[in-house]
Amino acid sequence: MVDVAFQQNRVQGVRRAGKRITLRNALKRKSTAAFLMTLPLILLIAILVIYPAFYAIHLATLNKAMTKFVGFGNFQFLFKRDTFWMVVEQSCIFAITAVIFKALIGFIVAHFAHNIPSRKQRKWRGMLLVPWVIPPAMSTLAWLWLFDPSYSAFNYTLGAFGIGPISWLGEAGWARFSVILVNVWFGAPFFMIMYLAALKSVPDQLYEAAAIDGANWWQRIWYVTLPMMRNIIAITTLFSLIVTFANFDITRILTAGGPLDRTHLFATWAFKIGIEGSDIPLGASVSLFMAPILAVAAFFILRDVSKRGNEA
Amino acid sequence: MSTLTIDKSGPRRKVKYGSMSRDRVWALRWSYFFLTLFAIFSLLPPIYMLITSLKSSAEISAATNPWWVYHPTLSNYIELLTSNQFLRFFWNSAIISVVVVAITMLISVPAAFALARMKFWGSATLATGVFLTYLIPDSLLFIPLFKMFALVGDWTGIQLINRWYVLLFIYPTLTVPFATWIMIGYFASIPKELDEAAIIDGASWFQTLTRVFIPVALPGLIAATIFAFTVSWAQFLYPLVFTTSTDQLVMPVGIITTLIKGDVFNWGQIMTGALLGAAPPLIIYAFLMDYYIAGLTAGATKG
Repeated sequence: MVDVAFQQNRVQGVRRAGKRITLRNALKRKSTAAFLMTLPLILLIAILVIYPAFYAIHLATLNKAMTKFVGFGNFQFLFKRDTFWMVVEQSCIFAITAVIFKALIGFIVAHFAHNIPSRKQRKWRGMLLVPWVIPPAMSTLAWLWLFDPSYSAFNYTLGAFGIGPISWLGEAGWARFSVILVNVWFGAPFFMIMYLAALKSVPDQLYEAAAIDGANWWQRIWYVTLPMMRNIIAITTLFSLIVTFANFDITRILTAGGPLDRTHLFATWAFKIGIEGSDIPLGASVSLFMAPILAVAAFFILRDVSKRGNEA
Repeated sequence: MSTLTIDKSGPRRKVKYGSMSRDRVWALRWSYFFLTLFAIFSLLPPIYMLITSLKSSAEISAATNPWWVYHPTLSNYIELLTSNQFLRFFWNSAIISVVVVAITMLISVPAAFALARMKFWGSATLATGVFLTYLIPDSLLFIPLFKMFALVGDWTGIQLINRWYVLLFIYPTLTVPFATWIMIGYFASIPKELDEAAIIDGASWFQTLTRVFIPVALPGLIAATIFAFTVSWAQFLYPLVFTTSTDQLVMPVGIITTLIKGDVFNWGQIMTGALLGAAPPLIIYAFLMDYYIAGLTAGATKG
């Protein structure tokens, strides 16, 4: 953003120093042309993103039949329900755990991929990115089949070691574990690619200097790699936190919120109430709870990014 | 975020950890060992899809070794590829993805050009707005959008709910913001001298875009196209909300709602369907991996 604006100022300065009359004509045409070029984008965002966002707030204040204004009635109703607080707790556990593991695994794998000769990196990177390329709905089906209690692979393999059949999706604890595992599987490649790109941009001289000063590998990671990658770590975590928090596909297909609502997230619960249960206002209220949490996450991490950027 | 190059060769420098060569050899061995472990983890579900898709229902229910196919058969593939219903899903997905990609590029390329190069009132705000829009998840908007399109149907009599083409309006809300965002990045990385030269030679803004920017930023354009396609193809929540009749469904929703019938899971067919549904993005990825990665590191996607 900053970069774009800066370059525009520079070029205008250059042009201003050059031909004055052509510049004025160009500017005259430019503002109209620019407006026309961005008009479809503005319309799309205004009608199909901003308007629905405010419409959701309006919907959340209506009663189930959408005939009467009830103010905060839906929210009051939600606050009194145990399921709602369970969903809040589960969404937080799910998002935080999954993002931490995605970031850790991505960081570790990126280091290993960075270690090997660059000719071979392409092949490995290609294999490791596959989870992210397959549509999540399709790959989750494969996981559903892997988790199948009676016929399937995991319990068969564990049975060979004498570990009894685990009800992967039938028990609350295991179901939460499975949902997080699939999310980590899907999201870790994204972190891996981002970190690998960031690792390549760390200058070699820094490691050489650290090695001369007698730093061990842990000190090199802690004092060289991590500070150099701080921005990219913050940005990736922001993206992932938002997306993981709002996740729908994986939980919906794997458990549909069960057993006994123990894996419901905001998105799946809002779908269950709003679309399947036809209580659109209540569903809208549930999904609105994602907005402040996402906004806070975005704010904190973006602030962090700009702060670090100024230091550097 | 503005310097985006496609990295075909990898880094040029050799990575040297430690000073002794024996250390390096061991570090390399451990790296390969762990990379192999992670690769197995990554490829487990797609490989398992393939294994199961080659089995007959009899073999699956016999509960033999799930990791091995004793009697490979293509019957699942033949059954699905000759079923009109399944071909209908495929066709719906294909036409929606292609049209959405076209709409996305038509909206986002001119907009990105205007935002990257033609500074006008509110352009910086709008660029930030595009970025923020890109952060809004689909699960926040599906309920109001559903109600909106239902109301449009009530007021105008044009029924849009439960028609596949309603998705042509919805998907651009996901694809346009990020396509615009990465195209702003690519356009901003083009040297100013190029468009200055074009303007001096008398090119209009439109000609500068089509004759200079689009050819120069072609890698970015391809990355954005691939992403728009992948997102449209993989979208699950919106079609699940907006379409219900079996002839209106797209691939992911169709496979999940029609092949899973109650408690009877025909896993052979489900895995075949899932593999065929995953095939188009995988094939594009196999051929255009470098563009995928360039777009990914340009902040093009979420994961």
